[in-house]
Amino acid sequence: MTLEERNALEQAALRVRQHIVRMSTNGGCFIGASLSCADVLVYLYWRFLNISPLTVNAEDRDVLLLSKGHDVPALYGVLAERGFISKDRLKNHLSVDDHIYWHPNRAVSGVEFHSGSLGHLLSVGMGMALDARMKGLPTRVVVILGDGELNEGSVWEACLVASALSIDNLVAIVDRNHFQANIRTEELVPLEPLAEKFRAFGWDAMYVNGHDMESLDECFGALQLNTGRPTVVIADTRRGKGLPSIEERADRWFCNFSPEEADALLDELSGNSRATLTSETLIVR
Amino acid sequence: MNRYETLLLDTASRDERLVVITAENRGHMRTVPPMLGDRFIDVGIAEQTMIGMAAGMAVRGRVVVTHALAAFLTMRAFEFIRDDVAIANAPVIMVGMVPGVLSDGNGPTHQAIEDVSIMRGLPNMGVFCPCDESEFIDGMRVLLESRRPWYVRYINTPDLAISRVAFEPGVATVVRGESLHRPNVTILTYGFLTRQCIEAAEELGRDDVQVRVVNMRTLKPADEKAILHAAGTSELVVTVEDHLLTGGLASIVAETLMAHGKGAHVLTIGFPTWFTPGRLDEVLANEHISSAAIAHRIRQRLADIVHVPAAPPSSTHEVTHA
Repeated sequence: MTLEERNALEQAALRVRQHIVRMSTNGGCFIGASLSCADVLVYLYWRFLNISPLTVNAEDRDVLLLSKGHDVPALYGVLAERGFISKDRLKNHLSVDDHIYWHPNRAVSGVEFHSGSLGHLLSVGMGMALDARMKGLPTRVVVILGDGELNEGSVWEACLVASALSIDNLVAIVDRNHFQANIRTEELVPLEPLAEKFRAFGWDAMYVNGHDMESLDECFGALQLNTGRPTVVIADTRRGKGLPSIEERADRWFCNFSPEEADALLDELSGNSRATLTSETLIVR
Repeated sequence: MNRYETLLLDTASRDERLVVITAENRGHMRTVPPMLGDRFIDVGIAEQTMIGMAAGMAVRGRVVVTHALAAFLTMRAFEFIRDDVAIANAPVIMVGMVPGVLSDGNGPTHQAIEDVSIMRGLPNMGVFCPCDESEFIDGMRVLLESRRPWYVRYINTPDLAISRVAFEPGVATVVRGESLHRPNVTILTYGFLTRQCIEAAEELGRDDVQVRVVNMRTLKPADEKAILHAAGTSELVVTVEDHLLTGGLASIVAETLMAHGKGAHVLTIGFPTWFTPGRLDEVLANEHISSAAIAHRIRQRLADIVHVPAAPPSSTHEVTHA
């Protein structure tokens, strides 16, 4: 990856984060998890996935599924930046006149499946991957899982079955931001050693720095599919990445900021001083 | 090869979209796996994964039959059915084994007697409860082409001696007493107990109680006309089902009468709670849903109606003694 390419990706990620911040006001959104997976999604849509607005319905397209659906502002930011939907449309966030809300809706171009309840889309992705395999298509299915989501037994049930069925055009990516809703994962239901867990289930597992485009490029460039085994990439990330004032703070999971706070956060994203935040987080759980 | 296997293999040979997935429940389709090749998938004892996978395939153009024990299919995987199949309105045909009373000796964990209630509660979902093997096969042929989700109570019992009307969702059939103009009793039923209802009607007929038996076939959509016709032409409407009294046909009849502002005397026969497990014939007797018990309960209720002077015929319900 050239320095120029890397800069372009980082600029794209910054614009996606700006979209996320804009969606964190006037009703709010799950900003922390959206910011943690933004770089991974940018990398995938710019460099890895075989999909574009022109091939959004092509049978052999690659598929990305957000199993932890509450990070969808990051996906909508990406889809807007890649031209699947207009950037203007993001202003419709939480309007009943559109389908853009806190969890994905596949009525929005580029969204492959809806989600919201955790632990569903690994199995849905497995069905899509098997369908492609039966049809002899080169389709790869990528499923983004939250680390908190790994509390759900259905994820591990699906892991067992994916391995049993040798679904090797399937890549799960764990957005390992070390937090679930209110607390650090290791303080509630510890997940480590995580890669070993997946390996014990018959998966290939690797780690990547989920905020470093170079590392992501090395990881996905070296990714071996069609090995007879499914693959998991554990992306080490930080919740709230890009905004030091909310980064890794347990109380900044879902936020509904005032317009002034959102403006200050946009400044902060650009490297200016920290925003002063008084809005309290919404406790959903 | 049974007729279910023949249906699946015939359909698969004509329609390359068809995929069959089971959660290790191969008893009634042993010849299917080798003949369907990679279009047969056994996920093991993993109903949630089975349904999620089926939804993923279905939104990519497949038609998927999922086959598992009715209780585990509908209840272990319920949220997957709701979120991934019903919300997506995906063509997944979910076939539940040993539903209702057919779980006989298994015990309450295996009793799918709330399945109709919870499945019909889902938007987009259809519910089909055939009365015998032929009806199951005829209905499945239609559902496989329907491009929408269905829950089906599996049945392979010997065919009833009934006249058959081409399967159509939401259209009930009269399986006994079609020629009766104003029967004393109309039994509305579905599934396995249709046989018991026909036999009960025969027994009551010998005592000059005229009984029509209506087989609902699909509980969603339910044939509202058939329900209103029963209420409008009979002294007593009886619902018979191997299902809880909550949420099944008894509720459907109540909802329908309420929605249309109609009244009727209704006897609801079903389970108030999980039934005592045992051999099937003993369960039927013990739960008072054998043909003799159904006839007895109808006789009793008819006597109650006759002896209740404070129940005059309403304007919408004319009581007529045939």
